[in-house]
Amino acid sequence: MKNNSFREKLRRFVDYGSFREEELKLPRSPETLDTDNPENRWLTTVQNSEKPVRARLAKWFTHRGVQVFDNLYRVAAVFICLTLISLLLSVVSFLPRFGGADNPAVNEVEERYVSKAIEETGTTNAVAGMISAYRGFDTLGEAHVLFVAACSVIALLRVDPSERKHGRLVDPELLGEDMDYEPNSDLILRKAAKLLVPLAFIFGLYVILNGTSSPGGGFSGGALIGAGLILNSVAFGFQRTERFFGDEMYHLVKTACLTVYALLMAYFIYMGANGFDDHVWLGVPGNIISGGLILPINVAVGFEVACTMYCFYALFRKGGL
Amino acid sequence: MVQLREFLTNLFANYYEAAAMILFGIGFTSLLMHRNLVKKIIGFNFMDSAIYLFLAAKGYITGRLAPIITDGNTDPRLYVNPIPTGLVLTGIVVSVSVTAFSLALTCRLYDKYHTLDIDEITYLARKERD
Repeated sequence: MKNNSFREKLRRFVDYGSFREEELKLPRSPETLDTDNPENRWLTTVQNSEKPVRARLAKWFTHRGVQVFDNLYRVAAVFICLTLISLLLSVVSFLPRFGGADNPAVNEVEERYVSKAIEETGTTNAVAGMISAYRGFDTLGEAHVLFVAACSVIALLRVDPSERKHGRLVDPELLGEDMDYEPNSDLILRKAAKLLVPLAFIFGLYVILNGTSSPGGGFSGGALIGAGLILNSVAFGFQRTERFFGDEMYHLVKTACLTVYALLMAYFIYMGANGFDDHVWLGVPGNIISGGLILPINVAVGFEVACTMYCFYALFRKGGL
Repeated sequence: MVQLREFLTNLFANYYEAAAMILFGIGFTSLLMHRNLVKKIIGFNFMDSAIYLFLAAKGYITGRLAPIITDGNTDPRLYVNPIPTGLVLTGIVVSVSVTAFSLALTCRLYDKYHTLDIDEITYLARKERD
């Protein structure tokens, strides 16, 4: 039963390339060719052909040619990569100096984003002001990229809940019983998760809410909350996570967040898309409630990112939320 | 000789960018050399990370602070460039999405052909078609 163990399967799954050579090795001569094997039928037809020269040529190509091509391919790949690296390095040597204050990237756009951040967007974090106020439409596109990616992964990997007994792969010959080999009540993992999951949620919320006045924001905080959700389901199983975050909750949170964000951006663009100062109360810069629309945008993006991360994990692990 | 010295001094002055380009080359090499689809995707992620390093290095200005405005001091000469940071954020989101999508496609291929080898998958798919 050694061949069936989880570790063996994992090795086969991850390390396939290392022993494909033995399995794929083509027979060297017609004597050793297993003619009964249907996989070799195309070779035998070549060998039994009426035209000996062509047949010999074809044989050479199928036996030696593959190896020759393989070696040539490797040499060419290394050559192409070295050429690419040296080209890029020579371009780098012509770039303006690293860290110079007079680089062309430091221009009036950057000056405007930093000097008008408090006045126009109400944040002390110029990056947050840039990505959610000045370039909020771009960030809306990013949120949609995440949404579309989650949708396509759902379309590719979703398994019907009634057939989801053995995880995503239904074929028990393959990886189906992976879940049976996993420790179900790992004490260390559970104790650590009990300690870390609430901390991850609280810290993620802190990063989201404080994104207007300190490094952070929706994407990083959402990633933290998603990591907490994943840790929770790793330690306690999916049933425990489904109690408060199931399929319906996922769709509700995700569409609500995207809709809120889209409506806020629509309002922003309708009002001229030139800073928040005229239309929204900006609050005191540096406080949590500040930055006008940036705080709700951060919250929406954060929950969307958390949903997407957990959705990816759940889909790859068991084929559905 | 003088040109070579100039080239090397410029390269060492831009050492972040040079490291990013070498990382990009490593990712591209693994994209070309490996037959395993998962390793190809890892190489793709290497290239993504190289681009982030490059962009973040382009935004840095020596001796300046992170662009968090402290004490109401809005002089732009105090802070580094915030724009590449935002662009890196965009890139990270897109690369996460693309990685998840390609891994999902790889999963489906593994379900069907029981291998991650790109040559073998092509061979099996061609055999299936004929």
